[in-house]
Amino acid sequence: MSQASTHQHEGESHGSFASYIIGFVIAAILTVAAFAIVEMHLMSPGMTFGVIAALAVVQIFVHLIYFLHMNSSSSQSWNNTAFAFAVICVLIIVGGTVFIIHDVSMNMMSR
Amino acid sequence: MLGKLTLSAIPLDVPILVGTFTGVVIAALAVLGAITYFGKWGYLWREWLTSVDHKRLGIMYIVLALVMLFRGFADAIMMRSQLALAYNGNPGYLPPHHYDQIFSAHGTIMIFFMAMAFMTGLLNVIVPLQIGARDVAFPFLNSLSFWMTTISAVLINVSLFIGEFAQCGWLVYPPLSEQQFSPGVGVDYYIWAVQLAGVGTLLTGVNFFVTIVKMRAPGMGWMKLPVFTWTAFVTVVLIMAVFPVLTVTLAELALDRYLGMHFFTNDGGGSVQLYLSLIWTWGHPEVYILVLPAFGVFSEITQTFSRKPLFGYRVMVYATLAIGVLSFIVWAHHFFTMGAGPNVNAFFGVATMIIAVPTGVKIFNWLFTMYKGRIQFNGIMYWVIGFMVTFSIGGMTGVMMAMPAADFVLHNSLFLIAHFHNVIIGGVYFGYVAGLNFWWPKVLGFKMNESWGKRAFWCWFVGFYLAFVPLYIAGFEGMTRRMNHYDNADWHVQMLIAAAGAAVIAVGVVCQLMQIYVSIRDRNLAENRDFTGDPWNARTLEWSMASPPPAYNFAVLPDVHGIDTFHTEKQMGRRSYEGKVLAPIHMPKNTAAGFFVGAFSFVLGFAAIWWIWWLAALALVGVFATVILRSFNNDVDYYVPVSEIERDQENYVRSLTAQAAE
Repeated sequence: MSQASTHQHEGESHGSFASYIIGFVIAAILTVAAFAIVEMHLMSPGMTFGVIAALAVVQIFVHLIYFLHMNSSSSQSWNNTAFAFAVICVLIIVGGTVFIIHDVSMNMMSR
Repeated sequence: MLGKLTLSAIPLDVPILVGTFTGVVIAALAVLGAITYFGKWGYLWREWLTSVDHKRLGIMYIVLALVMLFRGFADAIMMRSQLALAYNGNPGYLPPHHYDQIFSAHGTIMIFFMAMAFMTGLLNVIVPLQIGARDVAFPFLNSLSFWMTTISAVLINVSLFIGEFAQCGWLVYPPLSEQQFSPGVGVDYYIWAVQLAGVGTLLTGVNFFVTIVKMRAPGMGWMKLPVFTWTAFVTVVLIMAVFPVLTVTLAELALDRYLGMHFFTNDGGGSVQLYLSLIWTWGHPEVYILVLPAFGVFSEITQTFSRKPLFGYRVMVYATLAIGVLSFIVWAHHFFTMGAGPNVNAFFGVATMIIAVPTGVKIFNWLFTMYKGRIQFNGIMYWVIGFMVTFSIGGMTGVMMAMPAADFVLHNSLFLIAHFHNVIIGGVYFGYVAGLNFWWPKVLGFKMNESWGKRAFWCWFVGFYLAFVPLYIAGFEGMTRRMNHYDNADWHVQMLIAAAGAAVIAVGVVCQLMQIYVSIRDRNLAENRDFTGDPWNARTLEWSMASPPPAYNFAVLPDVHGIDTFHTEKQMGRRSYEGKVLAPIHMPKNTAAGFFVGAFSFVLGFAAIWWIWWLAALALVGVFATVILRSFNNDVDYYVPVSEIERDQENYVRSLTAQAAE
């Protein structure tokens, strides 16, 4: 459509070779670290859960920044809005479902 | 070779189905014969079936919706007549096995294939015109969405004559819908029809989201968007957010049924409660997906026929957004009785009650728009006023059931049935019909017949109360939904009145068909023709071009300065296209790819339902091959030459001035 093409591509940078390599290396380190902690029994079970969860969260941000090219520049505002929207939806749906199902289990003494 | 499909799958022993089948075949032969006789196959294929024009797709969506309304309504008549008969030892004429399929099909068809198709049709026809765009953002996807919806509608109707339909309600709750208790193909028909239609709906959601975000006319900021487009926007956001949940939930149910998994089974660690929670995470926003565009329609109509700008435009927008957000956090009110404790039920009960606030705000906005307006009280306004009264009652019974304590009495009773028909007929259906009447002249170039429209309204309005007030009463008296026969004398009276109400609504449906027939018959009468493109003296951009609009909609894109720019310009006696230079317009070419992807998907669905795996694999290859071929086709667009735009424009201006001179 002629109309759509009049809008410029709004600042979606597609990243450079270097940024992809950096992202890949960090992601690989985070993955290997998580496996290593479990395989080599470096910590207590409780500690292991916490550290793996933390590594996973860091991993998410690495992917968002290096592979999905999200940043805080104004040209990215629609991307960031859409991302925030998706996060809120997931939180409502997952959180709400856990809230309901857990409460049912407790109330009906099925566990 | 043919999987589970054998000759015994055809229900030759059920006279109702044989009769229906004969009727459908005769009607189909008549239609196909007429098309062949008039030599219209080429025209139909080139101009309609392969069209990517949003207006034509919109018309086809609405035709589909009306056909499905007919099917769903036939189911409703059968249910009401069964319950009028099946009293005190009389088994009625529908055995439970058949009756259960009917109420399941009624709900499924009315929501997925009547209401959703009607809503998508109105969005298609109006949204691009209202925001000053020449088509939607992805015209091919639009055609694909239409075909996915249509083939799913065909698939669900095939279940009438080959095999059976689901017998566990319109949301196929497990464990009843699991292989263990529903070993037939009924639930598989449901899963595949809804899943394939869901692809179409999700694509529509993405398509219109991008259209509204990216393709608004120059100067049309968010707070200058027409209210119908605002409601459409919130609707498509909700579609994008919740339809994936439906897809995943039904995919998990399909995995249970096809591969013996245990997501929702009684044993093996499955959780039936999880299905209820997930399906209503989609299901509750779904009712707002349906009703918000209807609110938009009412806003447009009220302001047009009250000859006033909409009262509280900003409040209306914020109310729409608030409803959109709140619709996300109320879903547990569909299963207060499932066993959750006071924490969950209180939270979701209160959230549900809060939704009544922005909805009430909207009602008051419409009332204040009408207040001191010079109201033109025509057939379209009848539907609007009928809506305000009916929907308010439906909303109030909804707030009643939002109290968990009250819901424990009313859950799954006919009171609930009466409540949601109250809001869906009184809100959604009245809104879509009002929209159809309102925008019909824009799309087709002539007005709808006024007297048949009023007759249809009165039959629907009176018939609705006759049919559903008795259900409220019977619900209070303890009658549950989905009941096949009963022996309570108090309920029998209510069921007789309700059956009479359904008959009155049937007359209303006939009046609507007559209205369409008479309107088309009298389309060339001078008082019916729309020469100006603006028959109602309306306010928004869709009325600023000829009716029906040219394929490219706008000869020059309008400049927008405020809300209702078109109306302001009419008052100032000038038009935004005056003095603008015409340029060739870039438009998409028609394509058959959507049709073929749809056709292959139909085969895929049918084959998967009957476990004909080789055919399913072939169909899947067909889908991918079509998509790949389409993506290698570079010949997808063309330019409308300036001479053609000039000619259209001159015709339009000439008929405008001729009309003004009269």
